[in-house]
Amino acid sequence: MTVLKSEADRRRPWWEGVTLAALRSRLQQLLAFASLIVIYTFFAFASPYFFTYDNFISILYSTVVIGTLAVGTTFVIISAGIDLSIGTGMALCAVMSGVFIVNAGLPPALGVPLTVLFGGFMGLVNGINVAVLRVPPFIATLAMMLVAEGLALVVSDSTPIYFNDVSGYTGISTGHLVPGLDIPNAVLVLLAVSALSGLLLTKTVLGRYTYSIGSNEEATALSGVNVRRWKIAIYAFAGLFIGLAGVLISARLGSAQPATGMGYELQAIAAVVIGGTSLSGGKGSIVGTLIGALIISVLNNGLQIMSIPQEWQNVILGCVILVAVYADRVRRGEP
Amino acid sequence: MVLVASACGEEGSGGSGGGEPLISIVSKGFQHQFWQSVKQGAEDEAEARGARITFVGPATESDVEEQVNQLTNELAKSPDAIGFAALDSQAAEPLLEQAQSQDIPVVAFDSGVDSDIPVTTVATDNRAAAALAAEHMAEALGGEGKVALVVHDQTSLSGKDRRDGFMEWMAENAPGITVLEPQYGGGDQLESADITTSIIQANPDLAGIYASNEGSAIGVINGVRESGRDDLAVVGFDSGQAQIDAIDSGLMLGAVTQDPVDMGRQLVDAALNAIDGKEQPERIDTAFYWYDSENMDDPQIQAALYQ
Repeated sequence: MTVLKSEADRRRPWWEGVTLAALRSRLQQLLAFASLIVIYTFFAFASPYFFTYDNFISILYSTVVIGTLAVGTTFVIISAGIDLSIGTGMALCAVMSGVFIVNAGLPPALGVPLTVLFGGFMGLVNGINVAVLRVPPFIATLAMMLVAEGLALVVSDSTPIYFNDVSGYTGISTGHLVPGLDIPNAVLVLLAVSALSGLLLTKTVLGRYTYSIGSNEEATALSGVNVRRWKIAIYAFAGLFIGLAGVLISARLGSAQPATGMGYELQAIAAVVIGGTSLSGGKGSIVGTLIGALIISVLNNGLQIMSIPQEWQNVILGCVILVAVYADRVRRGEP
Repeated sequence: MVLVASACGEEGSGGSGGGEPLISIVSKGFQHQFWQSVKQGAEDEAEARGARITFVGPATESDVEEQVNQLTNELAKSPDAIGFAALDSQAAEPLLEQAQSQDIPVVAFDSGVDSDIPVTTVATDNRAAAALAAEHMAEALGGEGKVALVVHDQTSLSGKDRRDGFMEWMAENAPGITVLEPQYGGGDQLESADITTSIIQANPDLAGIYASNEGSAIGVINGVRESGRDDLAVVGFDSGQAQIDAIDSGLMLGAVTQDPVDMGRQLVDAALNAIDGKEQPERIDTAFYWYDSENMDDPQIQAALYQ
């Protein structure tokens, strides 16, 4: 019964019932948000170039790719899984976008959805390997990471695919849909899919089972849920974000870079963890993940603007991740 | 509020407002010895000329997005000039246009940027450097024999230039030398070693091997060692401990090195000239040297070599 109770608790949206108890259960998310504000304020005082509207937009823009990957992988991590294939998978999806749109000449209106679906297909394969073939998620997605890394090079013949002659493709990322606001479309895309994912996670059966499988897989199965099927669904759903990230990065760069992507998975996982999602599953939120991704971007941006030597930037980022995971342990240790 | 004022004052005095000009350098990497040497040269020149530099680069040379983010962040600081080694010219084009609209001169370095915006390009003439390697190999072989090429890749400009420069010099100046079809090892040490052993097996009459960058050269050295041949003329590119040791032990004839310290110096020099609005040539060639067991200890060569 405890499973059901905590499940109901988690289904509540973050803004609902801001009571003391709710605040305590959101302790780390709050902690993450507070850290974001503190870090942002610190940089605003430390450098005159940081606190400008243009730089604020730059920070949002640099969050897009990692943020998109992180939102998708939040579902996987809440279900107590892990997906290491999202970084190189994104590179493969970028290449596939090039294949669909540049090589095959499909219009972007068709090529983009196909690319997103291709990402979903990769996720589906991950899900089948994990749920049906019982390969541990770490290994199944590690294998997919290598397959995607290789395939991206094979399919593209190891050369970038340029979208020069495709009118409107780079506009997906760099264009400005809302006049006057100066916000790149890619940022709007991230915000839109995050809102949608937040709703799916808190309001639908997909979200309910994601939490439930993550907190107690056995009990979920015993209560009559087809865990196998839902796990496949979770990985496939998360895969759509790999495809979307592939579109967003290639649209920003104007090219599909086949050798890129390695390491993005770790940054996305870091964003999820900083945002308060537990690696042991059952806990987490989309808002938290977005905050986590923003903390990473703000640190990268602010430290560079302060002209901190690059070696130290990684040291500081590593320490922030450690603190976040430590806070997670403290929280889980609470009654 | 005191904090704000003092922080602003400090940054402002060093920024574009006056005082020492700030040159933001966005390179292709920062951990490798090569880029650290570029940074060293840039710092030396900046100190001598009364300028400040910042130096950043992505973790790997395929991380185009990270480099674009870094260039964005540097532009936010409104530096007086930018030094930029593009991983992908096209991805950076909108930012170069932004630099132009902010009246920040851009100096390209290491490899050309496919754009009209940079005021000049500071780079090694890879074709000429590869030709120098070919010349020394032909001399060592007495103008006769079969030679192989292990090249780091067939797509990048540096890969193509270092391959073509070598092959063209051989075709024009050494009619007695047969050049085998180039093989590509991606600059990966292990892959280049495997390629080398198979070339040696397939060509028992092979007389020499040329490697086009440090990774390829380490692979070739290992491949030659594994095959047990000690009569091959091995010629490399760049430096690093493995090549230096191989030249010391006689396994390697010599190598061509770029001068990354000189590249850093010339980059800052060109950036300062651009800030002053001086006319500059379209290309500024940085130094490169042939080094072997005889001249390896010269101070000039030593300065260009990294361990």
